[in-house]
Amino acid sequence: MLMGRILFAVWVLLLPLAASATSEVYPFDTAADQERFRTLISELRCPKCQNQNIADSNAPIAKDMRDEVYRMLRQGATNQQVTDALVGRFGEFVLYKPGFDERTALLWATPLIAVLGGVLVVIGIVIRGRRRDPSESSLSDAERRRAEQLLEDRDDGA
Amino acid sequence: MMRRVLLFIPVVLAVALGIVLFAGIGKDPTHLESALIGKPVPVFELADLQDPDTIHRDDIFVGEVSLLNVWGTWCPACRDEHDDLVWLARDEGVRIVGLNYKDNRDLALEWLDSLGNPYALSLYDPQGRLGFDLGVYGAPETYVIDAEGVVRFRHVGVVTPQVWQQTLQPLVERYGKGG
Amino acid sequence: MYPELGQFSLILALLLAILLATVPLVGAISGRDHLQAFARPLASGLFVFVAIAFGLLTQAFVTDDFSVAYVANNSNSLLPWYYKFSAVWGGHEGSLLLWILMLAGWTLAVAVFSRRLPSVMIAQVLAVMGMVTVGFLLFILITSNPFERLLPNVPADGADLNPLLQDFGLIVHPPMLYMGYVGFSVAFAFAIAALINGRLDAAWARWSRPWTTVAWSFLTVGIALGSWWAYYELGWGGWWFWDPVENASLLPWLAGTALVHSLAVTEKRGVFKSWTVLLAIVTFALSLLGTFLVRSGVLTSVHAFASDPTRGAFLLGLLAITIVSSLTLYAFRAPVVHTRTRYGSLSREIFLLLNNVLLVAATLLVLVGTLYPLVLDYLGAGRLSIGEPFYNLTFSPLAIAVGLMLGAGIFSRWKRTDGGWLGRRLLWPAAFSLVLSCAGLLVYGGFTPWAFAGLLAAAWVTVTTLLDLWDKSGSRHGRWHGLKRQSRSYYGMVLGHLGVAMTMAGATVVSNYGVERDVRMSPGDSAEIGNLQVTFSELGQRQGANFVAQYGRFDISRDGRLIATLYPEKRQYHVQRNVMTEAGIDAGLTRDIFVALGERVGDDAWAVRIQYKPLIRWLWLGALFMAGGGALAIADRRYRIKVRSEQPATGDSRSRGQDEGVAEAL
Repeated sequence: MLMGRILFAVWVLLLPLAASATSEVYPFDTAADQERFRTLISELRCPKCQNQNIADSNAPIAKDMRDEVYRMLRQGATNQQVTDALVGRFGEFVLYKPGFDERTALLWATPLIAVLGGVLVVIGIVIRGRRRDPSESSLSDAERRRAEQLLEDRDDGA
Repeated sequence: MMRRVLLFIPVVLAVALGIVLFAGIGKDPTHLESALIGKPVPVFELADLQDPDTIHRDDIFVGEVSLLNVWGTWCPACRDEHDDLVWLARDEGVRIVGLNYKDNRDLALEWLDSLGNPYALSLYDPQGRLGFDLGVYGAPETYVIDAEGVVRFRHVGVVTPQVWQQTLQPLVERYGKGG
Repeated sequence: MYPELGQFSLILALLLAILLATVPLVGAISGRDHLQAFARPLASGLFVFVAIAFGLLTQAFVTDDFSVAYVANNSNSLLPWYYKFSAVWGGHEGSLLLWILMLAGWTLAVAVFSRRLPSVMIAQVLAVMGMVTVGFLLFILITSNPFERLLPNVPADGADLNPLLQDFGLIVHPPMLYMGYVGFSVAFAFAIAALINGRLDAAWARWSRPWTTVAWSFLTVGIALGSWWAYYELGWGGWWFWDPVENASLLPWLAGTALVHSLAVTEKRGVFKSWTVLLAIVTFALSLLGTFLVRSGVLTSVHAFASDPTRGAFLLGLLAITIVSSLTLYAFRAPVVHTRTRYGSLSREIFLLLNNVLLVAATLLVLVGTLYPLVLDYLGAGRLSIGEPFYNLTFSPLAIAVGLMLGAGIFSRWKRTDGGWLGRRLLWPAAFSLVLSCAGLLVYGGFTPWAFAGLLAAAWVTVTTLLDLWDKSGSRHGRWHGLKRQSRSYYGMVLGHLGVAMTMAGATVVSNYGVERDVRMSPGDSAEIGNLQVTFSELGQRQGANFVAQYGRFDISRDGRLIATLYPEKRQYHVQRNVMTEAGIDAGLTRDIFVALGERVGDDAWAVRIQYKPLIRWLWLGALFMAGGGALAIADRRYRIKVRSEQPATGDSRSRGQDEGVAEAL
């Protein structure tokens, strides 16, 4: 009975505080750190889930990982230290952006190779087209007449 | 003629891709190899499950090849493998260290009392600190740890007699001799 | 009884498909008209029997026939009636049947709408589609029979449809997506037919172009619906996660976009034929690859079907036969002789080719990114993940480059564009876009290189597209007359390109200026997000048809004025017992407010995710514009009037292509 009353008093005391102070689930002192935390947890993969980052996943392991990232950031760890620590435990699998090394070189180079290769082919086509037909003529009279006729045909049908 | 050869590039690429895809069929894409293979067991200090006053450190793995089994009473698959673990410890003489992971001591003791205790030694890890350092992502998990305390293999999922014979036993024997 | 009839009609459909794949082809090769004439009736019969099977499966769902294993696994007597209809395609077997129904539907559509085509061509095209259908009917009958019975132990009730799928999204998303995937089979069939008889000409391009555009439009809508569905249903407020299954739908879309543009060049100018035909094959191959990735279990994804190695192997075999044989045919039959080409370095042909280069590079990037982990695993080089941060770095520049190229290319002419003229032409749009994008940066507050580049590309596409419309619609009879004179396909292009700009603007703004907070709240608490105040005013419970939900009432206000009340929920479904998050969303043209209940963190405290998402609707609106553009383009008169040059087209395609090129150039 007494216990209940004390609890009630404590509850009433806390009430206005609770109503005003909405805290982040993972509070930081600076907005920059908050942002860093958000970015980090969105770029780490939950090892247990199908394919989710640890920010979005409700799995217990994702929560453990968020807690660990939070703990390390609060202790002043750099992003590199945080990812290294998690890779050390769960493997490179947890990084959504794999680092650049000899295994992933081809992956990172793909867009560059594809665009450069494609542009080279197009340049080749242009150069070949020029060589073949150096004096590109404008439309001949016959062509112009035929084109006009085509355009007229279209208008007739409208 | 040269140009005609170029037109075969797409079909060659498609075949190569097909081979890789074929190799991927039937593999479990959720299976992950432990990041700790070849590395020593993480440093830890954990109380004994049965005796809260006894503190165990990572040196418990030195001297003998062990299996480290991660389990909890909340994990239905752990129940499935329990009888086989008891059989392994009793009949095959394997040293199994238990890691009671994110669990309640009373529930865990009750479980071992009623189902039998296969563990030479039981670590109690209610917060999951060692589990996290080991990279445990789903119980049950079973690690093969050699006589120097180095992690050699991780099996995720239930240990069955088949898993033992085909996967774990050869490893235990290999590192048992080597160490 | 009925389920057996369903299976029986699938078997009949298989027989008809086999006939369709062979008889007209024999007719086409031997030149026997009466055999070719079988193609159309066979296509109709095929559709009828697949439709009967589909109808009978639907009937089993509606009548709760749990003796059918597929129904028992994917439905429940408590399931609301409208979800019983969509539950038909809620699992692997039924969605495969939907796939086949669509395939049969497209085949029928080709048979009905291509009466003007030479009968040899029709026979070949329908035969190719018949072959694809044979493959998929075999697949469903051998490995994934949706009519399999659970006899004699009929379960009392079903295991229920996955709660994630009990949503409007399931009703509309898969049919649209499959219409797109399967629709590319028509372009594929036309390409194969053209390769077989060696008539890769402008007529071929003209015939397959509207089909490709329709399929592309469906796929665009399907992908947009999927993104929208994931956004509101999966509970984390993301609209694209670069998940393998999402990538699987993006791959044929990117290749299909390249194909739509390259078909334009081939139709108008009769060039790049080998390239266009390769794209037609590759686009359909990527559709098939997507189907394989979703159903084989080789990759982990949030959206994948339950996997089964037998099905994976069968499907891969099917893919291998289809793709390897068609690419081999391509390698032997594609023309290598260059048509005598006449185009300058700044011609519209070259701009469209560069657009193709960028789109194909993007396709390759997504393909490599999706399959790289698989390849490394195969080589024993470890497991790694490739996700959003990777694509943000690599895909975004390509998308921006596509936008910049598009704007510049709009003013280019076929054959040749004067460089100085083009430069002067682009000067003012460039300046104006720069001003627009800077204005955008000011409105949303804050410069980041990505936001600037994305907004610039979006503004550039909009300004150049509208300026081009302004130029073209100039007429001495007044602006209205000039606007009316433009063809529908031109308006289709304008609409499509404006859609691209909208999607780009939406993606850029929401990813750079979206605000997200994870806060701990109890009833009575308030949180600020931007200039909005979010108050958790009440926690309650409600009873759904087949679930109980805990909901929070959140009042959103600005400057003390209430602007919305949201009710995010945590639902527990009775049968499958899993907890689903239903977000509360206040949707708007300029912004969404998104509130989702996370886990419980205290006695009555919850982790609440509050998000402010500016311009997110533009993403999907832009996709609707693109699809609308496709629909307008195929409504163009030139696809409906009888093709005048039908007979000479096969013999003298090049000159015809050039006639049109001339017409366009003027």
